[in-house]
Amino acid sequence: MTDLTQLGIKAIRDGVADGTFTAREVTEAFNAAVAAADPLNAFLVKTPERALEAADAVDARRAKGEDLGKMGGVPIGMKDLFCTQGVETTAASMILGGFTPTYESTVSQNLWDAGATMLGKLNMDQFAMGSSNETSAFGNVISPWRKSDGGNAALAPGGSSGGSSAAIAARLCPAATGTDTGGSIRQPAAFTGISGIKPTYGRCSRWGTIAFASSLDQAGPMARDVTDCAIMLGAMAGFDPKDATSLDLAVPDWEAALSDDLKGKRVGIPREYRMEGTDPQILESWEQGKAWLKDAGAEIVDISLPHTKYALPAYYIIAPAEASSNLARYDGVRYGLRELPEGAGLQDMYAATRAEGFGDEVKRRVMIGTYVLSAGFYDAYYTQAQKVRTLVARDFEQAWDKCDVILAPTCPTASFALGSLDDDPLTMYLNDVFAVPASLAGLPAMSVPCGLNGDGLPLGLQLVGKPFDEQGVLNAGLAIEKRAGFTAQPEKWWS
Amino acid sequence: MSKYTIQGATGEWEVVIGLEVHAQVTSNAKLFSGASTAFGAEPNCNVSLVDAAMPGMLPVPNRECIRQAVRTGMAIKAQINKYSRFDRKNYFYADLPQGYQISQLYHPIVGEGQLVIDADEKAGIPEDKVIGIERIHVEQDAGKLMHDQHPTMSYVDLNRSGVALMEIVSRPDMTSPAEAGAYVRKLRSILRYVGSCDGNMEEGSMRADVNVSVRKVGDSELGTRTETKNVNSVRFVQQVVEYEARRQVDVLEDGGTVDQETRLFDPGTGTTRIMRSKEDAHDYRYFPDPDLLPLELEDDFLEECRASLPELPDAKRARYIDELGLTEYNARELTAEVETFARFENLLAATASGIGKPEKDVATQVANWALSVAPGIIKSLGEEANPAHATAEAQASILDMQAKGEISGGQAKEIFEIVLKTGREPEEIAEAEGLKQVSDTGAIEAAIDEILANNEDKVEQYKGGKDKLFGFFVGQTMKAMQGKANPAVVNQILKDKLG
Repeated sequence: MTDLTQLGIKAIRDGVADGTFTAREVTEAFNAAVAAADPLNAFLVKTPERALEAADAVDARRAKGEDLGKMGGVPIGMKDLFCTQGVETTAASMILGGFTPTYESTVSQNLWDAGATMLGKLNMDQFAMGSSNETSAFGNVISPWRKSDGGNAALAPGGSSGGSSAAIAARLCPAATGTDTGGSIRQPAAFTGISGIKPTYGRCSRWGTIAFASSLDQAGPMARDVTDCAIMLGAMAGFDPKDATSLDLAVPDWEAALSDDLKGKRVGIPREYRMEGTDPQILESWEQGKAWLKDAGAEIVDISLPHTKYALPAYYIIAPAEASSNLARYDGVRYGLRELPEGAGLQDMYAATRAEGFGDEVKRRVMIGTYVLSAGFYDAYYTQAQKVRTLVARDFEQAWDKCDVILAPTCPTASFALGSLDDDPLTMYLNDVFAVPASLAGLPAMSVPCGLNGDGLPLGLQLVGKPFDEQGVLNAGLAIEKRAGFTAQPEKWWS
Repeated sequence: MSKYTIQGATGEWEVVIGLEVHAQVTSNAKLFSGASTAFGAEPNCNVSLVDAAMPGMLPVPNRECIRQAVRTGMAIKAQINKYSRFDRKNYFYADLPQGYQISQLYHPIVGEGQLVIDADEKAGIPEDKVIGIERIHVEQDAGKLMHDQHPTMSYVDLNRSGVALMEIVSRPDMTSPAEAGAYVRKLRSILRYVGSCDGNMEEGSMRADVNVSVRKVGDSELGTRTETKNVNSVRFVQQVVEYEARRQVDVLEDGGTVDQETRLFDPGTGTTRIMRSKEDAHDYRYFPDPDLLPLELEDDFLEECRASLPELPDAKRARYIDELGLTEYNARELTAEVETFARFENLLAATASGIGKPEKDVATQVANWALSVAPGIIKSLGEEANPAHATAEAQASILDMQAKGEISGGQAKEIFEIVLKTGREPEEIAEAEGLKQVSDTGAIEAAIDEILANNEDKVEQYKGGKDKLFGFFVGQTMKAMQGKANPAVVNQILKDKLG
């Protein structure tokens, strides 16, 4: 029998539907893989029993001849930023230690409604703040990938959705949810040789997803290939009256309209993304990507996004500003951690709880955010950053006159060794330099694997599309995927 | 009465007052959640996941709250901003679960408007005065801390957390405690007409922050102001102004300076004390709430808001004077409160239709009845009266009988007393108790003939020019008729007979 953990969403869904195997068999295979992968630290909570129960329900529905849904019988990993009813949800922070929601996030509910089942909650950077998974309060995720130099240095799976990326790359689950505020789906996808798409802001409801930066946070799927991303995005997305920023638009059938024929499409190459310090191998992969898209029938055009270099600093003002306010609710009063030193008053309790409960990176961003919103600094930082945001969005609007989709690297480097950027948050922040502009503009953007670098580590290429044009992004991604023929997998060293 | 001033050792001072009134929006649900807003529920029973700021919860604006704010804005003739936005006001406190209050700093929903406080000679307001209103914005209320439930801990009740408030900010246009009081009363009246706030100050659905400063009479620059928070009655607002003005004058005349600070009112002593100084003022780090899109109001919505507005106090008062012919005083009294005019208009309609005359023909009679006669009787009966018996129908039927001359004013009162005590029908009472006037000319004529015959000397004197004796004949006739003769008929017959 085939190793079921080698299958993706489509293969599992179709196989369960046509009776090639049962949902229970699939789930048992992945439960076993998860149970054997503790060294990766990808899962914060494992829910094998729940997964089996849900799988049995799918099998029972099949026996009755019922429709199994877009993801019927597909077990997935759930990033721990999504509130799951009855299953501890911490956003990888001590401050939410022991917090078990009484409600289910809209995105996860949509997935269960589509027939997906949950293997467990995935580790991540604390409150989605980080690019390496090292800010998790429960230990960092370790990438399943290792350099081909024969060493065993632990590498970063990317962040913040690093539990998701590691688990998929290691075949612990066929797909997982991610969230992307400034690259948190795309960068870990690129680091681990998988695909991931952040849809247009508003496609996926934010209700029940723990907030980092509200105007940027967007959920999306991470999976093995573009087709699986299209299927899973279709199951996650949809208008939600409980989220005032949700897009009131019908969800297209992205899977059905997938095509790698790019005839008549123009692919923009932004000259400002050719930045100093970018790994030459990344630049090479970018050139290769252009050639593939040309081969798929697209016309390659040079474009300019002149405000690109201001995007990252603007992002690191806006995101922390929103975070400083969004995280104020973690105060020890109603749920999660409460530190109450002997004789402490209210202010002491706040200070002690937050000092104990938040990790260093979260504290850093809360302080940055508080500072940029303070009287006397607001205009110089926050207002200015909002202006930059408007200009970055305008850059894209003007680019759409010349092209239909934009091709760029996902990150400036491949995965790096855990611990190597501990004392250098600014270099860490640079990981997001290519990802952040699309986030600020709310545009759909995805990363697809394009090959391995000289160290045997995966590289990703990024596609950015017009608002609501996830299809254009997915199709260009598919064109690269078909031509790149990326099939590499990490060697299984963890069990 | 002259301008309100404070006599200090160094001269006369005047006071400048601005009010920020927080009015709880009448709505079944909170501003950004579906939770109930009912007053008096058990602690933490009217709390949704959003109100408790659970992780991942999001606010969604409640259309009814927005509608009420817009209608209120229209009622104060204000500019309605078709584009407005919500901002977060960030601070930590246990009654504020989100760690921020959603409010509107930069782009409020209602801009510049005004209201008119009514002239009140006795209170030192010689003529109607226009008070500017700077803005109305909507915001969330906070929860409530309970310090008396546990020896060492405070409890938090989130029932009010997230309830919609309108903050109505006046211009510093008031110059006396009386004006401040009149402003609050008028604003309350408008809110209750519109139905956007129940105006219940005791339950806290309306409360005022009172800004007071003083300056020497004739100075054009404003002095430094203090803000006294959460004052919850008209009388207290006036006391705050009186106390603060006097205090500030004393401070200034002693060579001190008034500090811009936040103060608290103590109703027990009628004084204010410092709550926090300017140095302790929070930096609220306002910024646009990224969970909410800007609020853009469409023309249809505004049209619906406008069409749903009732006749407002000033317009109603003018109509009562111009169309119903009421006195200024009666019109003012009848239009001050929603309940008063509603009772009056019901009674007026029932009376006019009962008698088949236009409303204006009976308006004065009904107004006098509604304002003084009926309340007087109800008050004098005290416990004996059941106000539920004072229906519009019953009172209208009494007024109808009176207007038709079937009963006298005195009989009307007697009948109403019986109605209040027993709930019986007025017509039935008039019949059964013999409380009807005699208009039968035959009976009256017979009585008059007898009186004239028995008083020939007085008839002579009258004819000789002693006109005052006419009253004597009327009195004698009424006495003979046991007070039940229709006075108009008696007068007519007497005049005819005496020539």
